[in-house]
Amino acid sequence: MPGPVMPDQAIGTSMRNKDRISAFLTLLPSIILIGIFVYGFIGNTFWISLSDWGGAAALAENPVKSYVGFANYLDLFTGFLGGGFRQDLVNAVFYSVMLLAGAIGIGLILAMLLDNKPRGESFFRTVFLYPMSLSFIVTGTIWRWMLAPQGGVNILPTYVGLPPLRFPWLSSTDAILLFNWQNLLPIALYLVSLVLIIWGLWRLKNNPAKALVLLIPGVVVGGSVWLWGDLLPQALFMEEIHGFNTATFGIIMATIWQYSGYTMALYLAGFTGISQDLRDAAMLDGASTAKYYRYIALPMVKPITISAIIILSHISLKMFDLIFAMTGPDNGQTGHPALNMYLTTFRANDFARGAAIAIILFIIAATFIIPYMISSYRQRRSR
Amino acid sequence: MRRRITPATIGLYLLLVLLAVAYLMPAYLTFVTALKFPADISLPQSWEFPKDVNYSSFSEAFALLKGNIANSVILVVAATLLSTVLGSLNGYVFSKWKFPGSEIIFTLFLFGMFIPYQVILIPLFQTLRAMNLYGGLPGLILAHVVYGLPITSLIFRNFYAQIPDSLMESATLDGARFFSIYTRIIFPLSIPGFVVTSLWQFTQIWNEFLWGICLTRHADNPITVGLAQLAGGQAVSWNLPMAGSILAALPVLLIYIVLGRYFIRGLLAGSVKE
Repeated sequence: MPGPVMPDQAIGTSMRNKDRISAFLTLLPSIILIGIFVYGFIGNTFWISLSDWGGAAALAENPVKSYVGFANYLDLFTGFLGGGFRQDLVNAVFYSVMLLAGAIGIGLILAMLLDNKPRGESFFRTVFLYPMSLSFIVTGTIWRWMLAPQGGVNILPTYVGLPPLRFPWLSSTDAILLFNWQNLLPIALYLVSLVLIIWGLWRLKNNPAKALVLLIPGVVVGGSVWLWGDLLPQALFMEEIHGFNTATFGIIMATIWQYSGYTMALYLAGFTGISQDLRDAAMLDGASTAKYYRYIALPMVKPITISAIIILSHISLKMFDLIFAMTGPDNGQTGHPALNMYLTTFRANDFARGAAIAIILFIIAATFIIPYMISSYRQRRSR
Repeated sequence: MRRRITPATIGLYLLLVLLAVAYLMPAYLTFVTALKFPADISLPQSWEFPKDVNYSSFSEAFALLKGNIANSVILVVAATLLSTVLGSLNGYVFSKWKFPGSEIIFTLFLFGMFIPYQVILIPLFQTLRAMNLYGGLPGLILAHVVYGLPITSLIFRNFYAQIPDSLMESATLDGARFFSIYTRIIFPLSIPGFVVTSLWQFTQIWNEFLWGICLTRHADNPITVGLAQLAGGQAVSWNLPMAGSILAALPVLLIYIVLGRYFIRGLLAGSVKE
């Protein structure tokens, strides 16, 4: 900020320096609090996760903790008793992917509908957004009743003359998309190869050179796993089947109900920011509504999609309250690492293992957030 | 511009009405269930409006949740007030008194908003125990104030960025200093910022559950924990959890419906950069 011109430059400068010190001292308490409560605590949790703090004396005044390295992590991923945690992790992955797809897809549709400026727009906006203001405990309580086996959602078809649904939403023990945890490495590599090939094919039309850089490694990775995948080390000493537990589907539906209005509000703000002139010009050039969204509006709201992905993955990673309220803390089918962390720490008093789960959650979250933070920092700097 | 009624407009309204009905259905089910007598609640009739309306579900649920509601009111008022005032001062420094490294500090603040709170839960629990704050409301207030700082500082920083620097400069020429600029110029212009921020904090803190259940003892449980216990009990018939849900949702829903404009602004501030 350019300093104002002072009649007496020397006095002005010294006064401004004093003001700068006041400014820094105003901020200082918050810096200290954030430093300790965010960064210090994350470091402390990491240290706890490397210890063996737990058991009967865990809540003593000065509990005995000794360093055990990465034993807790190893046990969670490969140990005999880690099966529950591994299923929770699988649940969290499916949960995140389906929440992102559902909330962003439906939110985008809602925003495009309201972007037509229909009569009663503000009424519809209010209706689509009100779930967002509720607590997850309220949502969970309501949806548990909505998804009761012989009532709620299941009997809705009877009102239009159809037979009732019979799906036991929250108590289902079925799982689909089953895979063996032993094959985790080949599965991960297949996924990498699939992503590379799809991305490459998508770029093929516009940028063939870049497409090949993606396609060739994709085919090579996929092919070599197919040919020599047996040589990869197995991720576990025994067979352990995991998959998408269908009981989590109800939880995903409730979360989409609560958060699609939120993405709608984000997109609507983005669409409203696009000038009417631009839209009129596109229409004059003969663009259809579909083309307007495909080539103008959607590319312009791309930063909003990125924000929505960050916020929603953050929500799905820490999801605790909704599951607690919908299926109770002890339902293994609908478990989640965040819930597991709470039970491990505060019910079983196994603080070290709880800390390790928390750190795993944090690392997954950080891989999304840190690039986002860096890019927003650069953006602020460049202005 | 007047639009003609075309099949496309009819389709648009039809779709919007259908979607609105779908979004309102959980609310409808909650109300009709809360208004039923326990004996009238049955799964096959869950969507039907009760023949005899039972208003006493609300008073019964209120009697059960009274203590929790009182705790939440104290918690929300204290934590919102403190975190908003601190956020306003921080935002003032971050936007009007930038110093070398202030942008990095701001980014480090923001990071605190996006961490899964499980990662700080154990040290927080231990620290509050060591400070003799574990179990009661003061500890919970402290947690909400500290972890509220990133979002409140962000909203105020962006809000103050819109106040022209020339206003600051002319005040400096009149001899105003750091704090007098704040009290004479920035603060009086801040009312919308305070409304947005405190509404946001109010709803966040009112709805929070994880710290409530981990850091408070039974007598000091906030409303979300009280409701979870009411709804989790096996013997309770469904009219009470539904009435309790309505009571727990009422303050935030009222804020949202009456002051929705400000609520949406807070919601956008938390996600869209700048």
